[in-house]
Amino acid sequence: MATPLRFTSWAKALQAIALVVAVTLSMGTSNDSGRVYDLSHRLMCTCGCAQMLGECNQMGCAESARAKAELTAAIASGKTDRQILDTFAAKYGATVLAAPTTKGFDLVAWIAPVAVFAAALMGTILLVRRWSVGRTQLPAEPANPEIDALREQIRRETEAGIEGGF
Amino acid sequence: MAAFGSFALLLALALAAYNLFAGTAALRLLASGRPARISADRLADTARRAGIASFVAVTAAAVALAWSALTNDFTITYIAEHSNRALPAPYKFAALWSGQEGSLLLWAWLLGGYGFILRLTHETEVKLYAYAGTILAAVEVFFLAVVNFAAPPFSLLKGAIPDDGNGLNPLLQYPEMVIHPPLLYLGYVGFTIPFAFALGALMMRYPGETWIKVTRRWTLVSWLFLTLGIVVGMHWAYGVLGWGGYWGWDPVENASLMPWLTGTAFLHSVVMQERKGMMKSWNIWLIFATFMLSILGTLLTRGGLVSSVHAFAQSSLGTWFMVFLAIVLAVCVLTYIFKRNHLKSEQRIESLVSRESSFLFNNLVLLTACFVILWGTLFPILSEFVEGSKITVGAPFFDRVAVPIGIFLLFLTGVGPLLPWRAASLQAIRRNFLLPALAVWATVIGGITAGVQPWQDGAFDIGRLYALVAFALAAGVLTAILSEFLRGARVIVRQTSCNLFAAIYLLIRRNTRRYGGYCVHIGVVVAMIGLAGAAFNRSMESELALHDRMGIGPYTLENAGGSQDTNTNYNSESVLLDVYRGGKRVFQVAPERRTYLASDQPQTMAAIHSGPGGDLYVIYEGTDSDTGHPIIKALLNPLVGWIWTGLVFIVFGTLVALTPGLRPIAATVRMPAVRTAPAEAALKGGD
Repeated sequence: MATPLRFTSWAKALQAIALVVAVTLSMGTSNDSGRVYDLSHRLMCTCGCAQMLGECNQMGCAESARAKAELTAAIASGKTDRQILDTFAAKYGATVLAAPTTKGFDLVAWIAPVAVFAAALMGTILLVRRWSVGRTQLPAEPANPEIDALREQIRRETEAGIEGGF
Repeated sequence: MAAFGSFALLLALALAAYNLFAGTAALRLLASGRPARISADRLADTARRAGIASFVAVTAAAVALAWSALTNDFTITYIAEHSNRALPAPYKFAALWSGQEGSLLLWAWLLGGYGFILRLTHETEVKLYAYAGTILAAVEVFFLAVVNFAAPPFSLLKGAIPDDGNGLNPLLQYPEMVIHPPLLYLGYVGFTIPFAFALGALMMRYPGETWIKVTRRWTLVSWLFLTLGIVVGMHWAYGVLGWGGYWGWDPVENASLMPWLTGTAFLHSVVMQERKGMMKSWNIWLIFATFMLSILGTLLTRGGLVSSVHAFAQSSLGTWFMVFLAIVLAVCVLTYIFKRNHLKSEQRIESLVSRESSFLFNNLVLLTACFVILWGTLFPILSEFVEGSKITVGAPFFDRVAVPIGIFLLFLTGVGPLLPWRAASLQAIRRNFLLPALAVWATVIGGITAGVQPWQDGAFDIGRLYALVAFALAAGVLTAILSEFLRGARVIVRQTSCNLFAAIYLLIRRNTRRYGGYCVHIGVVVAMIGLAGAAFNRSMESELALHDRMGIGPYTLENAGGSQDTNTNYNSESVLLDVYRGGKRVFQVAPERRTYLASDQPQTMAAIHSGPGGDLYVIYEGTDSDTGHPIIKALLNPLVGWIWTGLVFIVFGTLVALTPGLRPIAATVRMPAVRTAPAEAALKGGD
């Protein structure tokens, strides 16, 4: 007889995955040698090209060269990443940051996707569980080794059959 | 030619409007059953024929615009703004979709083309096709109204006629540009057909799942075109934008991905409806959403709602599209509310660990991805509304939020097909998952041993962790799919004694949908490996005097001189770089800078050398103002080629899935004699 997996083991597995994701997401690069590259990919170019500072390749773009020089000087002066980003935001406006911050209304940008996914996931799991629990249980058939063997043979021989696909 | 084109467009609008109103009247007559002076069938047939004629008229308009571009008719504003005499003929033709008015005409023409095929094949399900044809006519009326009144492509230039045009945007003068927009539009527009059938089937309470069977090929073809359009667009961006990437999470790129995600979800969940009669409301809303997201994409592209690197075709058309979108949403909601009783599921999911459940989770993940992209794309507008100031939601946001979702989707791609229908037993799970799980762990160990660690120079790198997880999952999914092929092929080998390759061919022919789908999954996995490879990209920038060298990865680049060229379209300047590997000169690249004469706009042309280890991507960034030496940026992008290879598998798999399969084999199994139960005997008329 088929043994359906218990919900709790899946819930534990999901919790473990969520923990791993949360831990990994909370970690960031701390490699100083790559800070110019890293920060130039967290800032937008101000020349109007709609590209990140580290990727602006507009011909003769004076803005990106100047901003990269500012960035290098800020790193050399010992400022932290946060201080550098704040300085750029204060000077060029909030649109210079390539992603929302984690303060004020910006935080909603980060929370909403996680909240929607979590709600949809929980909703789906609860719905399927309600359906599977509410399902009318058919009485178990008496065991018949011949029929079981036949079923296994049919399963093997029809695996190349017609189910699935799009 | 301008007068002819304008008249053709007006005629097309009038015919589409007749199709809409006569079609609606005929369907009302049919529904009411009341006798009328003209029979409903004849009225519906005139509506259908008007739809066909409308396509002929809009074709005439499209030909007129193409002819005007090819013959340099600068009396037409659109041609003067988007073409010039020296422009090569293919790009003159491509100028049709490089501007606002032309691209909307292309949209209307493709819509008419799809409608033309639909109306010619109406005999299979006359009433359903009549509903779908009428709904399609409503969409055609909107687009034809836009090109007639809001963005007319044949408006005449005021004042003196120039000797030459402004030329085509240099970014668009690239071979893929000739095919990328039509492919993308074929995808966007194509989803109108399943939308029309879904809405029509709901309106008429069409019984059964026939509308899904009717639209399956339309949906697959549209999905294929959209996929092709997106990936060819990525290739175009990679080659022409000159930053070494192919996807920047730009709003216009996002606009193409959203309907792709919901369309993909629809393709999976309709299997549930076909097999189990489940998810009927869900499927209806998925296809509604796919169509509306296609329109939303156009609104984002045209309406100037969000700033974009693709901002060459913005205007104030946003209001038109917003009103249309609101009408479509209202019609969908109202129709659903009044007819939803028709959509009750016949069965329910029995277990959380089953094929049905995996489809549900697959849909959940795809729709979450769609929501995340929509949310990120529209958040700047929301932020401006709430806080009064706009913010940027760029690649760092999407990378952080969408990449984990993509990895989860990759996981489901492997798990879903291995789960049996209804419920999975532990034994079945062990049997099906053993090999893929081994492949996952072998890849993790092999990857870390080979240097694919989630840390670099002592620092943790989340991109590399994602890449390692993606490689491992990809190995698991590929193992799972290949074992499915082998298991099925072995059965055929036993049955027919043919060799393994012939058995695989026969296996695919017997069930084109299933194994075509697996080929598409292989393509997606291969493309994901290519995307994950971005974590290992390297770049180097250096000023190179003559015979100076710079190294990147296994390559050394040496400045071997420069060259200049000129033609009627542009002036170019390039740097010749000899590329050495292991001390041996292996090839030469020549990154280029062009200045287009008509528009006086500069353009970078990257030099890309693709090899088994990845792409060497070289950009000539300009010259140092003090020394006059060229500044060269070189990037080493491993695994990029896998993305384009993945597309080949996706196209092949979709074409296989579109091919009718052979009739399933009739297995003859000898049944042991079973004693007839009393109840069964009673049913058979026994005593």
